Amino acid sequence: MSIFLNEKSRVIVSGMTGSEGSKHTRRMLGAGTQIVGGVTPGKGGQSVDFSDVGASAIPVFDSVAQAMAETGADVTVVFVPPKFAKAAVLEAIDAGIGLCVVITEGIPVHDTIAFWTHAQQGLRAGQTRIIGPNCPGLITPGASNAGIIPPDIASSGPIGLVSKSGTLTYQMMYELGDLGFSSCVGIGGDPVIGTTHIDCLAAFEADPDTAAMVMIGEIGGDAEERAAAYIAEHVAKPVVAYVAGFTAPEGKTMGHAGAIISGSAGTAQAKKEALEAVGVKVGKTPSETARLMREIVESL
Amino acid sequence: MDLFEYQAKELFAAHGVPVLPGVVVTTPEQARDAAAELGGAVVVKAQVKAGGRGKAGGVKLAQNADEAYQKAQAILGMDIKGHTVHRVLVTQASDIESEYYFSFLLDRTNRTFLAMASAEGGVEIEQVAVENPDALAKVPVNPIDGVDLELAKDILTQGKFPLEVIEPAAHAVVKLWAAFLAEDATLMEINPLVKTPAGDIVALDGKVTLDANAAFRHPDHERFADSDAVDPLERAAKEKNLNYVKLDGEVGIIGNGAGLVMSTLDVVAYAGESFGGVKPANFLDIGGGANATVMANGLEVILSDASVRSVFVNVFGGITACDQVAHGILQALQLMEQRGETVTKPLVVRLDGNNVEVGRKILDAARHPLVEQVATMDGAAQRAAELAATGGRA
Repeated sequence: MSIFLNEKSRVIVSGMTGSEGSKHTRRMLGAGTQIVGGVTPGKGGQSVDFSDVGASAIPVFDSVAQAMAETGADVTVVFVPPKFAKAAVLEAIDAGIGLCVVITEGIPVHDTIAFWTHAQQGLRAGQTRIIGPNCPGLITPGASNAGIIPPDIASSGPIGLVSKSGTLTYQMMYELGDLGFSSCVGIGGDPVIGTTHIDCLAAFEADPDTAAMVMIGEIGGDAEERAAAYIAEHVAKPVVAYVAGFTAPEGKTMGHAGAIISGSAGTAQAKKEALEAVGVKVGKTPSETARLMREIVESL
Repeated sequence: MDLFEYQAKELFAAHGVPVLPGVVVTTPEQARDAAAELGGAVVVKAQVKAGGRGKAGGVKLAQNADEAYQKAQAILGMDIKGHTVHRVLVTQASDIESEYYFSFLLDRTNRTFLAMASAEGGVEIEQVAVENPDALAKVPVNPIDGVDLELAKDILTQGKFPLEVIEPAAHAVVKLWAAFLAEDATLMEINPLVKTPAGDIVALDGKVTLDANAAFRHPDHERFADSDAVDPLERAAKEKNLNYVKLDGEVGIIGNGAGLVMSTLDVVAYAGESFGGVKPANFLDIGGGANATVMANGLEVILSDASVRSVFVNVFGGITACDQVAHGILQALQLMEQRGETVTKPLVVRLDGNNVEVGRKILDAARHPLVEQVATMDGAAQRAAELAATGGRA
């Protein structure tokens, strides 16, 4: 089992004919993902050759709706540039796709709010789960990979991982690669994102194959504090956390658009305290966090 | 990107939000000319991106042009909360009957926009929020429906604006919403929004934050870039398209991925506690690819920082395998030599991830006198801190 993505997921790639899109489609295919189509407006009817990774040519469609009708796709991974991302995501929502993973970095926050709101209030309200933007996507090791997470770092296993950061996700998967993961979800570093820590914690709690969870947060906003409150009420499985950015100065954006301390709000210290207050062990470094998780999994 | 008051008002005016005429100047002479042109009493206001300018003596009333000269002379060059005053805004003085607060902002938590309104304007709104939370109305704005006159009046009513102010202020609020949308703002604040004895509604001060991600559709926002507030190293890094933030420590940091780099800073700071409080000198994310040119550009900026005494290169080979990263580091060092830059500070390199054994062998085989490998992130941070503390001689 897993969350949000499994071996049956039928994935299309929005922007597959672009350089990033085709590069990562190749990687996703290599990881066993069922890629059933690509979407590039104006290029419908063409196909892209992936014989170099042992896959057959993949058809390109003009729209998500068309791709879904022809292929039965239920997941789309969006690689289109920031300028076109809003239209691509709105289209996916209107087509009623189940999962829309937005890899694109640099989308204006007004655009993200527009498509997020549309996903909640439009004609197809509640049908589409959005992951991202500005995220590495998600992977269910051994089954499917929707995004850019390197597929061969970790095996399948009992740990669920949710993280705002891409490379810290990889680092954690690497350190715990032998124990393995049910699913790893990179939720993204933008100030406004679709799927949150809480959504993932809830899904992992309900997933019979997840025994424990690692949660990685960073400065900015109050997502970690809210996750702590959620854990206290709703999560029985063990959770270990890591928070990055204790040394970040106030008012500076640290790489991720959402990673900024405003006044006294959004500090790593406050997040750590909130998590520890509800009994979550918080590692001082990524390696210590991995050790804490290892102890828990090995004692289960 | 945060704007100065005069820039905020420029955007307000462009969208029809009422402001008083004013001129931004950099010398007392210009302030005198501006005051003469505006006529009558003026207010000379320090242009810095910090609150509490009035309390710090950065806002002064001048009755005439000569007084404007004197006030500008006193204010220019002042230090307000660590910001040097390079410009003053000379603006028409206004009689004030009453002061209010109004803003639109991004609500990260609820993934929407928020309007905030209060009849207690002219004071720090954070203070109102703490001391008298009932006086501050927070009203979510549906991003699809937006703000029409009716909603504007409703928000102002919730903010306890007096009846006779609601009607004229609501028109300004609708225009402010249009500006907020059109300019891709994440904050537009008017404090105070005033009513004059003549009954006019005027935005007397303004604070605006624009979304840097939206710069591609606002080429005109480039004029707001604040060159004199930017650290010279940050400016050099920006010219090279590097994601760099200057900090005040001694260990230069290069890593890939924002989260990993933030984490690296923390780990170095912990390690530094055992070495006389050595701290990270910067944040620098060279991205997932970690290629040689970007690595060389990054090293160049970090090594030009006089306070840097050691460098910690922390790369996780995810998409890019470690052998490529190792080649990248060596090529970067070569590239720097070709550019005539001498590298004299020790580099501690920690590689992990895909193809790590090959990557480490490549660096070992190169036997670069300044490059030292440590296998773990915590261990490498420790070593980099130690080298910084001992001046690179350990």
